[in-house]
Amino acid sequence: MEITIPPFDIKSIAPIIIMTIAGIVVLMADVFFKRALKDKLAYLSLIGIIIAGVVTFTQIGPTVYSFSDTFVVDNYSVFFNFIFLVSTAIVILMSVSYIKQEGINYGEYYTLILFATMGMMLMAGGSDLITIFLGLEIMSISLYVLAGFRRNRLDSNEASLKYFLLGAFATGFLLYGIAMLYGATGTTNIKEIAAFLANNPALSNPMIIMGSSLLIIGFGFKIACVPFHKWTPDVYEGAPTAITAFLSAGPKAAAFAVFFRVFLVSLPALEPKWSMILWVLAVLTMTVGNVVAIAQTNIKRMLAYSSIAHAGYALIAIVAANSLGTASMLFYMLAYIFMNLGAFAVVIVLGRKGEENLMIEDYNGLGYKHPLLAITMSIFMFSLAGIPPLAGFVGKFYIFSAAIKSGYVVLAVIGVLNSVVAVYYYLRVTVAMYMKPPEREFAPLSLSPYMIVALIISIWGTIHLGIFPARIIEFAQKSTLLY
Amino acid sequence: MNFPILTIATFLPLMGAIWLLFINKGKEEKIRRIALVTAIGSFIISLPLFFNFNLNTHEFQFVEKVPWIKEFGISYYVGIDGISLFLFLLTSFLTLISILASWTIKDRIKEYMISMLVLETGMLGVFISLDLFLFFVFWEVMLIPMYLLIGVWGGPRRVYAAIKFFIYTMAGSVLMLVAIISLYFMNYKATGEYTFDLVKIYELDIPMGAQFWLFLAFFFAFAIKVPMFPFHTWLPDAHVEAPTAASVILAGVLLKMGTYGFVRFSLPLFPYASHQFVPIIAWLAIVGIIYGALVAMVQEDLKKLVAYSSVSHLGFVMLGIFVFNIQGMEGGILMMVNHGLSTGALFLLVGMLYERRHTRMIADFGGLTKVMPIFAVFFMIITLSSVGLPGMNGFVGEFLVLVGTFKSNILYATLATTGVILAVCYMLWMFKRVMFNKLTNPENQKLKDLNKREWAILLPIAILVFWIGIYPKPLISRMDASVNHLLTQVDEKYKLTLNRLEKDKIKYAMKDELPELAQYQED
Repeated sequence: MEITIPPFDIKSIAPIIIMTIAGIVVLMADVFFKRALKDKLAYLSLIGIIIAGVVTFTQIGPTVYSFSDTFVVDNYSVFFNFIFLVSTAIVILMSVSYIKQEGINYGEYYTLILFATMGMMLMAGGSDLITIFLGLEIMSISLYVLAGFRRNRLDSNEASLKYFLLGAFATGFLLYGIAMLYGATGTTNIKEIAAFLANNPALSNPMIIMGSSLLIIGFGFKIACVPFHKWTPDVYEGAPTAITAFLSAGPKAAAFAVFFRVFLVSLPALEPKWSMILWVLAVLTMTVGNVVAIAQTNIKRMLAYSSIAHAGYALIAIVAANSLGTASMLFYMLAYIFMNLGAFAVVIVLGRKGEENLMIEDYNGLGYKHPLLAITMSIFMFSLAGIPPLAGFVGKFYIFSAAIKSGYVVLAVIGVLNSVVAVYYYLRVTVAMYMKPPEREFAPLSLSPYMIVALIISIWGTIHLGIFPARIIEFAQKSTLLY
Repeated sequence: MNFPILTIATFLPLMGAIWLLFINKGKEEKIRRIALVTAIGSFIISLPLFFNFNLNTHEFQFVEKVPWIKEFGISYYVGIDGISLFLFLLTSFLTLISILASWTIKDRIKEYMISMLVLETGMLGVFISLDLFLFFVFWEVMLIPMYLLIGVWGGPRRVYAAIKFFIYTMAGSVLMLVAIISLYFMNYKATGEYTFDLVKIYELDIPMGAQFWLFLAFFFAFAIKVPMFPFHTWLPDAHVEAPTAASVILAGVLLKMGTYGFVRFSLPLFPYASHQFVPIIAWLAIVGIIYGALVAMVQEDLKKLVAYSSVSHLGFVMLGIFVFNIQGMEGGILMMVNHGLSTGALFLLVGMLYERRHTRMIADFGGLTKVMPIFAVFFMIITLSSVGLPGMNGFVGEFLVLVGTFKSNILYATLATTGVILAVCYMLWMFKRVMFNKLTNPENQKLKDLNKREWAILLPIAILVFWIGIYPKPLISRMDASVNHLLTQVDEKYKLTLNRLEKDKIKYAMKDELPELAQYQED
């Protein structure tokens, strides 16, 4: 058997290599930095992210397949890489003072985040189920560790273990799914699967149906859609808040990236089947997420359920299965990271060592003690609730448009009614901040300059995408080539 | 017109709000002045709209159009016609008055004034938007400041009232969003152009089935806002808890957004469905008129009484709009303005009493004419204007609505007229209990009469009350062209649909009886 070495197109994976190098550099530098100076590691990470961002920028344009078609650089993956890089940058900025205050400022923290981001980029660019799986595992394993990073705390350990166990199961399902598709089609390449299904009867082959159902379970776990969502609240609550923010942003977007790519590119032949299933999942996810969020008193848990609900909205986009849907999902993910990371940043600002202030009552009267912080939080809450003229509104509008364009009017109606339910719990935070008297003394805020930058980026993103979304929308619409 | 009057008048308050953000909290006097100056500025800038208004055209005037989100065909497209002109002016006028009436607010004055000004921008934007997306944005934006005004500066049950207000309104409007998006794609299918431009979408010929659903979606949004019976339950709660100025704005402007929505969107977009819905809407309006009046009669709280009287008055407006003739429509629009002035003024008067006595219970008052004669005069004027005494503004609107209704359906008109009688009962009875009778309560004996600021608030309203009552021609003449055009537009489209329906019927009938002939005709 002749072995051919495929051409080694280093340019296409340059951002991934840069992130890997950045991670390793941080890990090595960690050895030489004193504990008090570990802040500086954040600089190194940010420099890596910026370089990766610049390189990614040069990749905008043509679609390039490399490594025997197992990896692809197209506008779709580039768009996602931007989402990952921006969200990672914001998370690192909001982590610096937080991990110091929690006493977990070790160098591995940044390294793991960078590696996780690298995994996400691999997922977004994977055009072979194996590549995708590889990326998913690199990301997940880093995240399992990060979730348990407050290792002397029980709830953090619980979060980590729960995430790991359930995640491992989900991975198992995913792998089974991949194996079955391989068994049925003889390939793991996304394009080739599509070609095979186009020429052979797909709907009658139980192995293909089974395989794609298992894929839905595997991806459904990662995006936390109902009924695969049970890990989310516990993990979100137990993980360090900055990591909770991270979990809700990048990894979720990455899971959506592969979800869309696999289902829209390789399994369009099965659309009648999966669109029905996903229709139900979207409705369940939105409704359960929103309704259960109402009952939460802990803000991290509330945001966890809200993130479940938002995954439901994004599922609408995949059900719509048109180019508008993909573009709307891209836009929505970007809008979502700004507003959601911003909300978590405010939660971190309000927390203190040993006194985290995670209950919604802890926000009582914040509006008069720290007006600027309260306005910031209100903007994020209103944006998450989908009130114009903020990013969340434009995102939702875009997604519902996609659904209506494909004729899923009922789904859109359920979606908008859900956003009314959601208004209730987002408003509760503003009610606490502005309409309740303060029940306690607020300590002076300890805003590090890093945190201020993180907040400014989030606010800017939330408002800018709400009022002047035109350019991003234009880019998003150019990034849907895969369908 | 090169000078962007509408944009400046609309966004000036927002600029003022941003300015206020940077003012130190302690400088209360300065904060009030800035807010007032911005509101006055916005009002003065919008005055040329009235004087330079072209009477002879139905087309939108003072139009500005700039692309906003090109990919979706969304533009910043604003303009006014004879229908929105007065609502626009009313809004900037009432906000100005409300800010003046809020002079006594001590608590968190900075946040209060910011909310007030942002609210003004939102409301003005609603009345000038000619792009469906833009309209929706303004429509929702204005919820937040109102929610804060009720929730932060309101009475004891303010949080409940504020959330109820927000969720009710939002629930109605999200369905409208779905309808707007559907219209957008329908328009694309028909014309091949992606646009939210209202004027272009007016041309769209919507199939009957779709009209029904779309009308319904818009109906919920607007009917909750109006509020029509049985969607009115948020209103008394919101009014009772809201601070005076917020009540004025709520009654004076926010409710009009609902009725305005019907005129601007529902009728011209869905003429067939509008005609089909007439019986339901008319009956709901009549129930609202009578129910609102009866419930108002038994209220012990002055604010609640005025709130329920709004339900009754808005029923007239709805009736006027849905009789599809010029008198009804013009009466309806005029009544929106009148209601804004007189009910707004009533809330102001109640607020003045509340500031002095910290109660709004009718039973706590009595005989106030003796201690507050000037107040009594203004109260009388406004009360009579509200019940529609000839010579005052209320009469003109109500009369036109009733004339219009008589022309189309005598039963509706007869029932609605009872509302006028009931209005006289509850208003005058209330007036008697508060102002006449014996002055028994010792706490009422030291009440002070109006101060200069309160004069400044009430006098302009009283002048407008008489002006519109005695010489409404400048208003009506500005409406004529637009209302006429609207009615013919609705009528033509309605007839078109009817004709098609008739043709279809004939075709189907022929298919049954004379298949060959039907085939022949189709060929």
